[in-house]
Amino acid sequence: MSGTFTKSMARNIFFGGTVFFALLFLALTFDSLQTMPKRDNRQNLTPAVVAGKKVWEVNNCIGCHTLMGEGAYFAPELGNVYKRRGPEFIKAWIQSQPTGAPGRRQMPNFHLTDQQLNDLVEFLKYSSEINTANWPPNIEG
Amino acid sequence: MQYSSQSVAKPYFIAAIGLFTGQVLFGLIMGLQYVIGDFLFPAIPFNVARMVHTNLLIVWLLFGFMGAAYYMIPEEAETELYSPKLALLMFWVFLVAGAATILGYLLVPYATLAKFTGNDILETMGREFLEQPLLTKIGIVVVALVFLFNLTMTMLKGRKTSISIVLMLGLWGLAVFFLFSFYNPHNLVLDKYFWWWVVHLWVEGVWELILGALLAFVLIKVTGVDREVIEKWLYVIITLTLITGIIGTGHHYFWIGTPEYWQWWGSVFSALEPIPFFAMTVFAFNMVNRRRREHPNKAATLWALGTGVMSFLGAGVWGFLHTLAPVNYYTHGTQITAAHGHMAFYGAYAMVVITIISYAMPILRGRAANSENRQILEMWSFWLMTVAMVFITLFLTAAGILQVWLQRYSSTPISFMAAQDQLTIFYWLREGAGVMFLIGLLVYITSFFIGGETRAKSA
Repeated sequence: MSGTFTKSMARNIFFGGTVFFALLFLALTFDSLQTMPKRDNRQNLTPAVVAGKKVWEVNNCIGCHTLMGEGAYFAPELGNVYKRRGPEFIKAWIQSQPTGAPGRRQMPNFHLTDQQLNDLVEFLKYSSEINTANWPPNIEG
Repeated sequence: MQYSSQSVAKPYFIAAIGLFTGQVLFGLIMGLQYVIGDFLFPAIPFNVARMVHTNLLIVWLLFGFMGAAYYMIPEEAETELYSPKLALLMFWVFLVAGAATILGYLLVPYATLAKFTGNDILETMGREFLEQPLLTKIGIVVVALVFLFNLTMTMLKGRKTSISIVLMLGLWGLAVFFLFSFYNPHNLVLDKYFWWWVVHLWVEGVWELILGALLAFVLIKVTGVDREVIEKWLYVIITLTLITGIIGTGHHYFWIGTPEYWQWWGSVFSALEPIPFFAMTVFAFNMVNRRRREHPNKAATLWALGTGVMSFLGAGVWGFLHTLAPVNYYTHGTQITAAHGHMAFYGAYAMVVITIISYAMPILRGRAANSENRQILEMWSFWLMTVAMVFITLFLTAAGILQVWLQRYSSTPISFMAAQDQLTIFYWLREGAGVMFLIGLLVYITSFFIGGETRAKSA
């Protein structure tokens, strides 16, 4: 770096550049928030879905599974599990855990009530209907 | 040690290393659960082990950052800390809150923990990395605010260097963006959108300011290069970081229900994110080559150089590997992500915290540098841990490529669990590399205890 490029110039570029790109990010965020109603399936945010999201959260499902690709990578993607397995299979599967098969990955039994199971399935149905730009590449997640 | 109040950094550093050890042990448990699925089940299910693993990481890095700031700010401001007592009090508050939270994860079902810690009042739990109960989250905010108050007051009464301004900017940013962890809308897309304002704007934003400041501080000390030169570099690097990293958040907005133009914004800007890391590597080597003194602490210099290289590889190269939208379409949420996460966190944040500990701890213990023997042991631990992390990353990358092929790319995709069964060999190799990492960590800890003889005393 030559002597003409001083520390105060570098500092000014830092603050100017940061403010510019932070504002650009805020503008893009504003636009995203305007566009999201067309993609995020908010019209189906029923009380059951809201309750199901809470069931999902307080049992830390994200600690093993992914949801739209985010989470842990220990167990299958569940963003599209409603389409892959259907509601009855999901409920039966959750109730039958753990399998106890020796050496296999185990899912705890969370002792969910029928109401909680139904809510959770509603949440997974809602999630599967969000427009994710055709992700995942196939039904296996 | 130039100012006696810098000594409050010491318990922070000790706690950081202790929690780091816990993190690695839980990492090994999870690594084993990848191949022996029912290992420790139902005592420690995978989701609990993972929560402990990632939360310990965050907490020990925060301890490291806070210790670093308590050490650096008095020296940079050329004045004693505003209140050393407050700093020690906050240490105990944070340690007790952190330990209680981890014990809560381990001893109580998560749903029960949520019920008894106020999650019904404000639902914030059950989201990746932000699993902490509401009480803990509030505790983190309180500790952070008291910490920032203490350091800001110290800085206001003393010299305001660029390093301390950048460090404080990073730390204030850390606290401000954490506030988004309290926002958890029912709308899943909005939830995810703003969840990244904590996670991404931390690790690819404000934390990099902290990283740059720590590295610049140590480089000034060990190389004796003119502060003007180093601080100019620091500004250039963090400029590159933020102009790429802020819009680079878009690489998380490809497939979560956000507008598709993010595939362009995210791909283009995050493809530029390796540049600041490359600049950091060049910076570190340049400064060491232009050194004006031979600092006796060779180990700290090694960690500083290692931070540059490993953060470039882990965050820069492994980040670029899967950041372009057409690639990410196949790799999103696979072992490729895990590979990148491991090397990036180790290379950037674990290593920079160890760098400052390596530099400051001998001084906090009353000597400029450790004895030759200790430094040699510490350098062994550097190589063991760093090489182990390279192998962990390579094995996870191999697993990830195979996973993508089997489950997503092939014309006859197989199910998640069927694909996982095919990856077993790589998971075993990863666990082996993990054991090597633990050995490296134990060597590192040993280096604090062997041979009390020091350079200062023997001279």
